[in-house]
Amino acid sequence: MLLKLESRGEISRSMLYATPLIAVVLTLITGFFLFVFLLDPSKNASAFDALYTFFVDPVIASGGIAELLVKATPIILCAIGLSMGFRANVWNIGAEGQFVIGAITGTIVVLAFYDVESVFILPMMMVAGTLGGMAWAAIPAFLRTRFNTNEILVSLMLTYVAVLVLSWAVHGPMIDPDGFNFPQTRLFHDSALLPIIWEGTRLHLGAALMLLVVLAAWLIISRHLIGFQIRVIGMAPKAASYAGFKEKKLIWLTLLVSGGLAGFAGILEAAGPAEQLVPTFPQGYGFTAIIVAFLGRLHPVGIFMAGLLMALTYLGGENAQIMLGMPKSVTGVFQGMLLFYLLATDVLIRYRVRIGSAVAKSANA
Amino acid sequence: MDSAIVIASVLTIMTAATPLVFAALGELIVEKSGVLNLGVEGMMIVGAICAFATAVTSGSAFLGIIVGMLAGAGLSLLFAILTQNLMANHVATGLALTIFGIGLSALIGDGFAGQKLDPLPKGIPGLSDIPVIGPLLFGHDILVYFSIVATGAVAWFLTKTRAGMILRAVGDNHDAAHSIGYSVIKIRYMAILFGGAMAGLGGAYISLAYSPLWAEGMTAGRGWIALALVVFATWKPWRAFLGAYLFGGVTIIQLIIQGYGINIPAQFLSMLPYLATIVVLVVISRDKYLVKMNAPACLGKLFHASH
Amino acid sequence: MSNSVHNAGSVPRLALKGVTKQYPGCLANDSVDLTIMPGEIHALLGENGAGKSTLVKYIYGVVKADAGEMRWNGELVDVVNPNFARRLGVGMVFQHFSLFDSMTVEENIALGIAPELAGPGLDKRIREVSEQYGLPLDPKRHVFSLSVGERQRIEIVRCLLQDPKLLIMDEPTSVLTPQEVERMFVTLRRLSDEGVSILYISHKLDEIKALCHNATIMRAGKVVGDCDPQVETPKTMAEMMIGTHLVAPQRDETMVEGDALLVVDGLSMEAEDEHGTSLKNISMEVRSGEILGIAGIAGNGQTELMDALSGEVLADHENVVLINGELAGRMGAGERRDLGVGFVPEERLGHGAVPDMSLWENAFLSGMKRKDLLIKGFMDVVKTVDYAEKIVKNFKVKTSGVDHNASSLSGGNLQKFIMGREIMQDPTVMIALQPTWGVDAGAAAAIHQALFDLAKKGAAVLVISQDLDELFAVSSRIAVIAEGKLSPAKPVEDLTVEQIGLMMGGLHGMPDEGGQKRVA
Repeated sequence: MLLKLESRGEISRSMLYATPLIAVVLTLITGFFLFVFLLDPSKNASAFDALYTFFVDPVIASGGIAELLVKATPIILCAIGLSMGFRANVWNIGAEGQFVIGAITGTIVVLAFYDVESVFILPMMMVAGTLGGMAWAAIPAFLRTRFNTNEILVSLMLTYVAVLVLSWAVHGPMIDPDGFNFPQTRLFHDSALLPIIWEGTRLHLGAALMLLVVLAAWLIISRHLIGFQIRVIGMAPKAASYAGFKEKKLIWLTLLVSGGLAGFAGILEAAGPAEQLVPTFPQGYGFTAIIVAFLGRLHPVGIFMAGLLMALTYLGGENAQIMLGMPKSVTGVFQGMLLFYLLATDVLIRYRVRIGSAVAKSANA
Repeated sequence: MDSAIVIASVLTIMTAATPLVFAALGELIVEKSGVLNLGVEGMMIVGAICAFATAVTSGSAFLGIIVGMLAGAGLSLLFAILTQNLMANHVATGLALTIFGIGLSALIGDGFAGQKLDPLPKGIPGLSDIPVIGPLLFGHDILVYFSIVATGAVAWFLTKTRAGMILRAVGDNHDAAHSIGYSVIKIRYMAILFGGAMAGLGGAYISLAYSPLWAEGMTAGRGWIALALVVFATWKPWRAFLGAYLFGGVTIIQLIIQGYGINIPAQFLSMLPYLATIVVLVVISRDKYLVKMNAPACLGKLFHASH
Repeated sequence: MSNSVHNAGSVPRLALKGVTKQYPGCLANDSVDLTIMPGEIHALLGENGAGKSTLVKYIYGVVKADAGEMRWNGELVDVVNPNFARRLGVGMVFQHFSLFDSMTVEENIALGIAPELAGPGLDKRIREVSEQYGLPLDPKRHVFSLSVGERQRIEIVRCLLQDPKLLIMDEPTSVLTPQEVERMFVTLRRLSDEGVSILYISHKLDEIKALCHNATIMRAGKVVGDCDPQVETPKTMAEMMIGTHLVAPQRDETMVEGDALLVVDGLSMEAEDEHGTSLKNISMEVRSGEILGIAGIAGNGQTELMDALSGEVLADHENVVLINGELAGRMGAGERRDLGVGFVPEERLGHGAVPDMSLWENAFLSGMKRKDLLIKGFMDVVKTVDYAEKIVKNFKVKTSGVDHNASSLSGGNLQKFIMGREIMQDPTVMIALQPTWGVDAGAAAAIHQALFDLAKKGAAVLVISQDLDELFAVSSRIAVIAEGKLSPAKPVEDLTVEQIGLMMGGLHGMPDEGGQKRVA
């Protein structure tokens, strides 16, 4: 091959920030060709129109920004949690399952206090949702620290289990008694719904809480001892044990934090846009969050921006489905592509790309 | 139980196990070369839809199988470029492959949901009519037989051939293999492509034989279960085969329980394969020594020739 | 000295001309010329990083040069890969063995020779060759179960099976006891008598004087001279190799030894897996003001001992390790650090420092408690940066700033930084494993000086090293670790290199050695 990779020695900080942008641009270019291929000729739209419909229209539409934040809230919350684990080489990829369980445990509170109007209901739901997500993530944490079991496979298997638990719950014990036997819970009552913080839109309190989480995570990861320990154990596990950091403690911590945040996101989603639980409640946010975590460089601010972008692919996908008759699954393809391009361009952080061996000769002269 | 139920159970176990055998064998070879490809689920499901779409449009199941394998291999090529040339993290790239594969399969399968296909023909004419033994030994589709042959072939390749020895060497110590003069990247490319083709074949089996139709997400985590099987098998082909059949057995517990009229919600029965996977993983990995001694030493580590 | 067959009139077996290889930021080989005659044992001498390994990798076809040519028996050749080199008749014994732990001796040898040689009957030929040259090996054993010396025999037998014309040996003796070295020299001289050329890479001058006919000396990628080792003294060769007149650090004879600050009493520890070494009933005392050296060949329990002392692996009982009188056997690394212990691990990047973190963050890594760098759980960045800058200044670390990552420093500079970071925490006990491994001579001298100074201030210093020269230079007492057992420590004045060599090999020497032990 003509292209040669040369180690930079030290990582390139400018590339660290540039590669996500390069990846986005490459995805858009590929997306353009994908649209050329996919567009239904009868719709009489060009690939440019499709890109516009996908990526611009949703933002400039009235209330677009609010919708974007609503979509981004659960994704960003999950991704913030996952990023803590990923930094420490703890691969929780079961955020989707923890999200679902958090929604279920939070909803139990709603249904238990269905006749009660109180300001305490929402906080109780949030605590219950967070604890539910934590409990679900505690299983891989326990198995990894106690039996050395791979947390990737366990957390993923538990996602399938969680979705089945949800299906059982809304078909059985949590079914709406007045719902004509439809598999769904009751609609949440007012005390159990998140207050709207932007009149006329669906933007709810959850988005504000999400912002607080982003800021707190930023502070912790960059300046707190816990964040330092997480970073060290991920980059150099032996240096962490040299410094006396406890690996098991950090595995527990990162899994509980990521599970808790996913569960928190789950109950916010239920008490926000969803207003009840149905079997199709999980929308793949927990998986999308994996992409968001990487795209955001595992950095809270990066994750915030990447989360907005990912939310846009959801809105754009829905938009393209309605306006251009495109399959909704285009969203998933875009998301996967974005992650591929990011991983591919990441090589530039550690390596320089050289053509041939021209360098050596010039250095010789 | 009469013999008809026994025969039906065995046949169900075999069809449920066969896609897992293919995917696990492929991943086993990949991991033996020192590469961890977590994208099995993505390659399987793309293999499933490509095989199904080809079989429906061309009418040829055989062509479907070939295209399914090519699709799996094609996706694994992406993985190979990213991890071998561009030195991307194996875990992240494998996850990306799965996410991408699931999206891509849904996109391709958009027009194929609800279409029907005749399942792969089963049985060897004449022989499969022999009572009891006939259906058990000769009543299967060709891919079931192929899965047994493939397991033997992979076992033979790894232990008895020079190429297999080189593959193991690359997985054990890629720097040493490089300094002796083996092309680590080329060998791993071939292993990854083989793994992709086998995952694609596993997917094709699901959509052509196990349940001949297309539904989004129809592989339902089997790619992940195959990954777990490789660990369970401590990287030994016949143990992976055995593991796949155990999982096939778990899937028919559902039928048996319902057969006895025990009232358990269907969702709990559907959880069994996933819970069984977790149990199996715990049992095998609690012996740290066992996994460490058998796992390829370079599994998941990046290789750059100038080091 | 053997009377070997090379004469000036014949065609050189190997002739290199103008070999140049550029790595990013480093010219590894700069127009290197080298000539080796048939049957000649030729030394390639130079410090770590002088470019020796790059040059031999070029000869063996692992590395492509940017310029230069190679002649083999007078013919111009282009060695495209190691297979080609092996077909020419080049055999190589690597410094870091190119072996596969999970595979058998026979498989390892089969992988490294031409396929047509690896057919049936290979195990028989392995036994034949290994007996012929006094290199006993069992073809069916797995590599992970073998000692380092046995592993090296695999590499040598692998080369010999291919009937080599040139044998390259990259630092072959660094893993052997002095007695094993002597035996290997017998084998090499015999090969030389049979007409095999040997390119012998080392930085150990006495060995080169004992073995080699000619020597080529490299420094910073260039050939700086050729000499006859028989004529030169080790001192003159060392000066050619290093380029300057070095002042060795002087031990201060006025050091006063005080209380035992580090006491190990009956420490035993099972190895985590078959690759490791179990520690067996280790006892020692390191007193205030002294430097205790522990000698031993790699893989005899040094890393395990280091882990047990640093608290990265906990002992079964708290009373087997005492630090400043406290029972520390069950304390983790952080708690032991709080008691005033400093550690310098062997591996700089990834163990002693985080490669992709800045120097100031690496200063925080071990200094956070002792230097009081935390405010309510948050990092005090100003104070940490100040601390890191002081380390850089006091220990003359060459870097363009403490914002730069640890991976941007050269090995010697990073080692100075780590050593400085530990010393500036005023440790009462200091434990260092291979403190000058792979470090240039200047940095090594600075590090030795720092250890002296620390001991003089009253710290108890423990240095674990494979480098006997280093241990004799810095230690007041030396003990030997072999197969996980530690000998009693003896004052350096009462010890010779030969005695230590016998102790190092005492437990895992060559199995067929029958009463030939030389006593010093």
